[in-house]
Amino acid sequence: MKTNGYIEFDLDGEELSSVHARLHSVKQGDNERSFRIVNPRGKHAVAAGLNAPMDVRIDGHVGFYCGGMNKEADITINGQAGPGVGENMMSGLIRVCGNASQSAGATGRGGMLVIEGDASSRCGISMKGIDIVVGGSVGHMSCFMGQRGHLVVCGDAGHDLGDSLYEAQIFVRGSVDSLGADCVEKEMRPEHIETLKGLLARSGVNADPKEFRRYGSARKLYNFHIDNADAL
Amino acid sequence: MCGIVGLFAKSPELQPELGRHLTAMLVEMTDRGPDSAGVAVYREPVEKGWTKLSLCNGHAEYPWETLSQEFADDFGREIRHEQRGSHSVFRIHEDFEPIQAWLRHRHPELRIVSAGDSIEIFKEKGLPSDVARNFSLDTLSGTHALGHTRMATESAVTTEHSHPFSTGLDLCLVHNGSLSNHNRLRSYLRRHGIDFQTDNDSEVAAGYLAWRMREGATLDEALQSAMKDLDGFFTFAVGTRDGFAVVRDPIGCKHGVLAETDEWVAMATEYRAIAPLPGADKASIWEPVPGQIYSWSRS
Repeated sequence: MKTNGYIEFDLDGEELSSVHARLHSVKQGDNERSFRIVNPRGKHAVAAGLNAPMDVRIDGHVGFYCGGMNKEADITINGQAGPGVGENMMSGLIRVCGNASQSAGATGRGGMLVIEGDASSRCGISMKGIDIVVGGSVGHMSCFMGQRGHLVVCGDAGHDLGDSLYEAQIFVRGSVDSLGADCVEKEMRPEHIETLKGLLARSGVNADPKEFRRYGSARKLYNFHIDNADAL
Repeated sequence: MCGIVGLFAKSPELQPELGRHLTAMLVEMTDRGPDSAGVAVYREPVEKGWTKLSLCNGHAEYPWETLSQEFADDFGREIRHEQRGSHSVFRIHEDFEPIQAWLRHRHPELRIVSAGDSIEIFKEKGLPSDVARNFSLDTLSGTHALGHTRMATESAVTTEHSHPFSTGLDLCLVHNGSLSNHNRLRSYLRRHGIDFQTDNDSEVAAGYLAWRMREGATLDEALQSAMKDLDGFFTFAVGTRDGFAVVRDPIGCKHGVLAETDEWVAMATEYRAIAPLPGADKASIWEPVPGQIYSWSRS
C-alpha cells in the first residue's frame, strides 16, 4: 500500500516474511526506497538483513534483533526495542526513539546506532567498529570485549563497564558504577573532544562533549605481559 | 528456554476477562515452550475455614463424583467441586493438613497441584494452545494469574514436571532458566521436611521459598536469600494470594519485560506476549533491573 510517498506494511495482517522479501529486493538507485511498518507488536527480527540505502520507519515496539546485520539502510524505531537491536550491523543508521533491551549493537561492525532512551545490560558487547550513542544510561557489562568503534553514554553506566576491553573507546557523561577488568579512565584530549563532538552531531543527541569522561583499555589483558607468565 | 507470563487486574472490569487475556499471552509464548504449559489463577476465594484444592491424576475420566462423595462421608460437610480437563478443583470445609493426610492415605494416586484460599493451578504436557483448550482457560475469571510455557532442559517432559509449582498455601512459582545446584539443595530441603514430587530444578526453587517462608521470612526476604543460595540463571515470577512478584538473576541472563496501565500490570519473557493486551501500545514498559524484586499486591 502506498501512502504519502512511502509504502506502508501493516504487520497485523501481512506476514513479516513477505514484508522482508519486499525490503530485501530494494536495490541501489531504486526510486521506491521509503517504507513504514506499523503494528510490529514485539515481533522478532523486524527489518533485519537490509542491504541497500532506504528509509524504514517502524511505529510501535519491536522484539529481538530488529535491524540486525543492517547495511546502508536508515531505520527508525518509533517505540521500544527488544534484545539485540542492530546486532552485527555493518553500516547505515538505526535510531531507537525509546529504550533498548540487552545487547544493543552487539558485535556491530559499522554504522551508527542511536538509542534516545536507556539501553540495558551488555550494550555494545564485542563491538567491532560500530558507533553507539545512548541518550540515557546503559546497564552492566556494557562494551564487554569491545574491539573497535565508540560507545557514547549521555547518562550513567552500570557495573563492569568495558570489561576485557580491546580498542573500542567509551565516553560517559554521568557516573560509572564500576570499571571492568583492564578498563581505565583516560585523559580527554582535544582530539577526543573533536571525535565526540562529531559523534554527537551525527546522532542528533544534544550534549556538551566537555562534560564527558573517556575510558579505554589499559592493554594489559590482551597483550602478553611477562608478569602473567605463571598463569600459562 | 521457557516463557513466563503474568497478569494482575487493577480494575474490576478486567477480572471476568482475565483468563481470555492470559490465554492469549500464554499462546504467544509457544515458541519459547512447546513442551508443556500451565497457569495459576487466583479467583473466587473460599470463606474462612474452607480450603480450595486443585487435584490431578492425569486422566480426565477420573471418578471425581465418587471422590466428592467420599470427602463428604469422611468430613461430613458440604463439598463443592468443578472439573476442568484432567484436573478438579474442590472446596472443602476443613483445614488443609487433615485433607492432605486423608488424601495421602486414601488416594495416593492423586496429586495436590495447589492448595489455599483462592489459587487454582492447571498444567499439562502439550502445546500451550492445546493445554488452554483442554482446561478452557479462556473462561476463567480472576484477580491475577501466572502462566508458563516450558522447553525442558533439566528434567523430563511430563505433567508433573511442568510449571507452575505450588510453594505452599496460595503460593506458586514459574521459572525461566536453569539451576545448577538443585540436587544438593533438594537433599538439604528434604532433610528440613520439604516434599518434592519430581527431580525438576525449578521445583527446588519453589521448595526453597516455601522453606524460607515457613521459617518466618517474608516473600521479599525469601527471594533475597534465593539470589544468594540458588546457583544458576533465572527469571522467577511468584504468585501470592494478593499479587505477584518478579525477580531476575543478578547477571540478567534471562529476559523479562514489565508493563503497566491504569487497568493492569503484566509481565512476560518477551513484549510480544504483552502486545495483545488492551492498551499495550500506550502502557508504561520497562525491563526489570537484574537482582531487583518487583511486586504488586492488592492489600
